Amino acid sequence: MATQTSTSTSLIQIIRPAIVSLVIFTIITGVLYPALITGIAQVVFPNQANGSLIKDANGTIIGSELIGQEFSDPSYFWGRLSATGPVPYNAAASSGSNYGPLNPSLIGEEGIIQTRINALRDADSAAGVTNTAPIPVDLVTASASGLDPQISPAAALYQLPRVAALRGTDEASIRSLVDEFTEGRTLGLLGEPRVNVLELNLALDERYPLVETSE
Amino acid sequence: MTLNSVLQLVIFMVVLLALVKPLGLYMANIYEGRSAVNRIFGPVERLLYRLFGVREDDEMNWKTYALAFLVFNAIGLLVVYVLQRLQTSLPLNQGAQFLTTPMTPESAFNTAVSFASNTNWQGYGGEMTMTYLTQMLGLTVQNFVSAASGMAVLVALIRGLSRRSAQTIGSFWVDLTRSTLYILLPFSIIMALFLVSQGVVQTFDTYQTAQLTQPITGSDGSAVTEQVIAVGPAASQIAIKQLGTNGGGFFNVNSAHPFENPTPLSNFVELLAILVIPAALCYTFGKMVGDTRQGWAVLAAMTLIFAVLVVGVSLAEQGGNPAFNALGIDQTPSDLQAGGNMEGKETRYGIVNSTLWAAATTAASNGSVNSMHDSYTPLGGLIPMWLMQLGEVIYGGVGSGLYGMLIFAIIAVFVAGLMVGRTPEYLGKKIEAYEIKMSSLIILIPPVLVLVGAAVAVVSEGGLATIYNTTPAVHGFSEVLYAFSSASNNNGSAFAGLGANTPFYNIALGICMFFARYWLAIPVLAIAGSLARKKIVPAGAGTLPTHTPLFIVMLIGVVIVVGALTFFPALALGPIVEHFIMIGG
Repeated sequence: MATQTSTSTSLIQIIRPAIVSLVIFTIITGVLYPALITGIAQVVFPNQANGSLIKDANGTIIGSELIGQEFSDPSYFWGRLSATGPVPYNAAASSGSNYGPLNPSLIGEEGIIQTRINALRDADSAAGVTNTAPIPVDLVTASASGLDPQISPAAALYQLPRVAALRGTDEASIRSLVDEFTEGRTLGLLGEPRVNVLELNLALDERYPLVETSE
Repeated sequence: MTLNSVLQLVIFMVVLLALVKPLGLYMANIYEGRSAVNRIFGPVERLLYRLFGVREDDEMNWKTYALAFLVFNAIGLLVVYVLQRLQTSLPLNQGAQFLTTPMTPESAFNTAVSFASNTNWQGYGGEMTMTYLTQMLGLTVQNFVSAASGMAVLVALIRGLSRRSAQTIGSFWVDLTRSTLYILLPFSIIMALFLVSQGVVQTFDTYQTAQLTQPITGSDGSAVTEQVIAVGPAASQIAIKQLGTNGGGFFNVNSAHPFENPTPLSNFVELLAILVIPAALCYTFGKMVGDTRQGWAVLAAMTLIFAVLVVGVSLAEQGGNPAFNALGIDQTPSDLQAGGNMEGKETRYGIVNSTLWAAATTAASNGSVNSMHDSYTPLGGLIPMWLMQLGEVIYGGVGSGLYGMLIFAIIAVFVAGLMVGRTPEYLGKKIEAYEIKMSSLIILIPPVLVLVGAAVAVVSEGGLATIYNTTPAVHGFSEVLYAFSSASNNNGSAFAGLGANTPFYNIALGICMFFARYWLAIPVLAIAGSLARKKIVPAGAGTLPTHTPLFIVMLIGVVIVVGALTFFPALALGPIVEHFIMIGG
């Protein structure tokens, strides 16, 4: 083999390439690469690159397609539980609940699941609805990010009677709205079917505005 | 498991394995300097070497190679530390109102070690702690070069196996440069742009503010009408975080955050990116030692262990939590819901994409999460923990996974040699006392760090103070054991309940990450040097072939036995007890 052997290398012969290579790789991968991606992204995919923001007619930002918001008003569909602090769906501090599977704060009588079940039941009875269907698991558990924008179709359909009653319309109309906002698996295969809660609620307000204002 | 779940797993494995040969061949050509890419970019590459002050053909013996690896990493570590400490006085800073977590010296030390050692453990939450500048100049850069460093060490070991009577094992600077510029960078560019198309953010703008549709009540009783939405240059960092098996998230909840991983398609591509380089390097290895069957055999051993464990964790999570049934909750999977244990999981991934991710990221030393492992069922959480404890050799980190697995292969031929009373050989190289001593070090250091670290933590005030789940207490022990398993195997995955941004955990886990990375790489390079000097003995009638199903079983046996025997007692005290508490009601 015609390779040269460095039998005795002094430390300085290593420190120089170490420093110079780190500087050069920092410029390439830490400056040029993110700048290149940002430049292309801002031109080709400006909507996605800036957070898939939703704006109202006045151009005010009212949310993001990808970031959930807290809904506790019974006339809206509710999303996943959010464990972010100090308020739910804090999109500047994502977090899961990190409760272990047997933690009383999760499964106990005062736990987040039972509290949510009670809230759902109370909302139903306040709306004059009898709902005996079993509650879908994703409607009473916290998402990983605390920002999950979606719920399962089952979780949306569970809330159908309540929302229809409070919006003063029949279940079939709301059902077709839910179907409209249900996204299937990608290519019929990947991921899970899901409903975007914020988009669904915005459509509710538009098509079935509340007859009487609660405020 | 549902039919769809099985299909999603099968499709993923088929696509992954289909990419092994083309990518593996490409990487082998890159390292041997024979690819068209080498010719096209050769002038640029040589210009870089002139700037570094090295020559492309100036090869190193193992000691020089190890020294170059260590010095380069040490300087990188120092830069990340200083950058974090000074970040608030530097540009590209979102502002103190958003960066609410203070940057302590311990946290900066922990993060610097974490990213330099390719662990990417995170004691901090990205959007609350790091400026855009730190994320780019510090963390993104280390995502590249720490991965490239691991690949360089692997290539050196492969040269040790394939060369005969040689004093040198290549040049660290050349291997580092080629790994970064020809492998990691081009794939990162393509992937980052794909991720943006799916909705991953990439902007230097500061955080956005949205007016809420339904105002909510804040913790102090006041009305909250706005939602601050953290954004940033995330896509560029996430692409390399997955390709380099780094795993450190741009945001606190890592790949569960909709801006890091917005769609099932982004999830699929990120999963592929996590495993494809470690898997393809098996083919690269086979190619470079002149017998691709050797690479396939190692890959087969990895894949068999992975397939069984990914099914295991999926079954555990789809089975759900018995306590949920008692509350009258519907956990049955259907066309309308994923069902199962959805606590800490995102709707768009359901069960199977969460569990596949959990297994893939702990098998490869990626350590990113798209669901919260702390909320997994006991057995569902045990499997990711055990995958790390196996030594990060089931695919493993880029470079480090395969060099770890090749050490297990050396142990396997040694054990086989003991059975038949012959001097063991691997790829024609005699395995002697020196190699076995070094291999033993490599296999023993991580378990010692895990077990001693966890033991110290659970008897010290600092270790106990920030355990989050204390009922049942065994879950708290699992949190600690998981953290030390992750740090001491350079994974970076977390049972995120444990409050790790404390002086105790920042320092203890920092030390584990440091020794796990550097104390393993040095003996690996020592073996490379020793093997390179040896002659290649032709295979005889008594040689154990290392590409056969028999050897694959032998290799799996060694990995499992070492991993099981070392960690069973500790696992019994944590997840296994918790499982019995759970099913006992």
